[in-house]
Amino acid sequence: MEQTQSFRFFNRGPTPAVRLAFFALLSLLLLFVDARYQYLESVRKIVSVVVYPLQRIVTSPGVLWNQADEFFALQRNLIRDNAALHQQHTIDSAQLQQLRVLQAENQHLRQLLAVQQRADYPMQLAEIVYAERDIFKRKLFLDKGGQANVQAGQVVMDDGGVVGQVTRVYPWLSEVTLITDKDHAVPVQVLRSGLRAVVFGSGDTSELALRYMPVSSDIQQGDTLVTSGIDGTYPPGLPVARVVRIERDPAYPFARILCIPVAGVDKQRQLLILSGLPKLPERPEAVTETAKTGKARRRKP
Amino acid sequence: MSTPLPKDQEFLLPASNTFIVSSLMVALLLNWLPWHGVWLALRPDFVALVLLYWCTHRPYRVGIGIAWMTGMFADVADASLFGQHALAYAALAFGGIALHRRMMMFDLRQQTLQMAPVLLLTYLVYAAVHWQLHGYVAWEYFLGCGVSVLLWAPLTVLLQTLRRSRAAPGKL
Repeated sequence: MEQTQSFRFFNRGPTPAVRLAFFALLSLLLLFVDARYQYLESVRKIVSVVVYPLQRIVTSPGVLWNQADEFFALQRNLIRDNAALHQQHTIDSAQLQQLRVLQAENQHLRQLLAVQQRADYPMQLAEIVYAERDIFKRKLFLDKGGQANVQAGQVVMDDGGVVGQVTRVYPWLSEVTLITDKDHAVPVQVLRSGLRAVVFGSGDTSELALRYMPVSSDIQQGDTLVTSGIDGTYPPGLPVARVVRIERDPAYPFARILCIPVAGVDKQRQLLILSGLPKLPERPEAVTETAKTGKARRRKP
Repeated sequence: MSTPLPKDQEFLLPASNTFIVSSLMVALLLNWLPWHGVWLALRPDFVALVLLYWCTHRPYRVGIGIAWMTGMFADVADASLFGQHALAYAALAFGGIALHRRMMMFDLRQQTLQMAPVLLLTYLVYAAVHWQLHGYVAWEYFLGCGVSVLLWAPLTVLLQTLRRSRAAPGKL
């Protein structure tokens, strides 16, 4: 190396070794200064003005790629989340429906409980097991029967009023005939005037009829009919129906009076069975045949 | 490289200042790519390779001074201490200049073997400064050194091809 240097034709400045020594010293000085003192921060800042945009340019594809990746991942996630949420929504709405039913049921049960506390008669709660699907024979089956001391003739009601009457008792079931049944009659009283009457079922769950009421009878639209308690089957004072339409046609002897039951005859799931009706004294013996004939004979002449 | 040139002529391919500067710039940009994790450890030092290429092929154009300046830029970009890269690249340039006559006679494989110690020296300087500053030797730097050595041949071929395509056809 010494020899080649001595034969150099062109002056190219200091030899590489000298340059290396110079720059190495400079580097070490810079290193020392930079490590110990803060003098070079401004220089660094100036150089970084040049370097920083380049670095940004270099990193931008990666950043863009990340952003695009994130975007598509986001899109994918959104689609997936949306599907999941839709599914969840369907499930939730089904559950919400159930919840609403439960809420309504709860409210109804509370009302029944209030009725139970209000009423003087012992009651028991029964649930409708199934309803007969014969239009003309609207009957319900409750889940309380002879095992629960249900007896035929007991009154079935809900929080609104009378629904029907237990007509047949099975060990674990009882059959209820609705007041709207075609063959069913409830002795009632007009709450406003005290007028006694009998309300008959019409075969339609939303309709009752007061039959055999004279055209001139004191009954008005909107009158409430309550049980009169006269027959000994229904306890007195239970709401039964409300008068909705009265047709007084002088051509007929009787007014045509239509009522609707105040109880939700075909609406509820839980009903109350009234038990322990007060025992009425035995009905006096009907007029015997001989007495009748005697009377008739007496009138006839 | 369809028609391989004689070795001495390969070293005479033209190299404009623009080409040298842009190649260094590209190397710096490659170094500044957001490398992560394993790739960061395996990252070859493109700047060192390009500097070494120019120091061996154009020793009077690209010398220790330019290597040192490039090192300063690398220092700022890496937020390392001023002079860390600069010192390493100065040593690298010195190695390249010292070996540049020998390189003319060697083929790529032999060149690679010659360049390995130079690159290792560069990494050693860098690691030594790191050790002095932080108190431990970052051994993962040396993985990058190995990759750099392996990249010497492809990089040389690439730069030669680029220079050839820039040279007027038929001139050489």
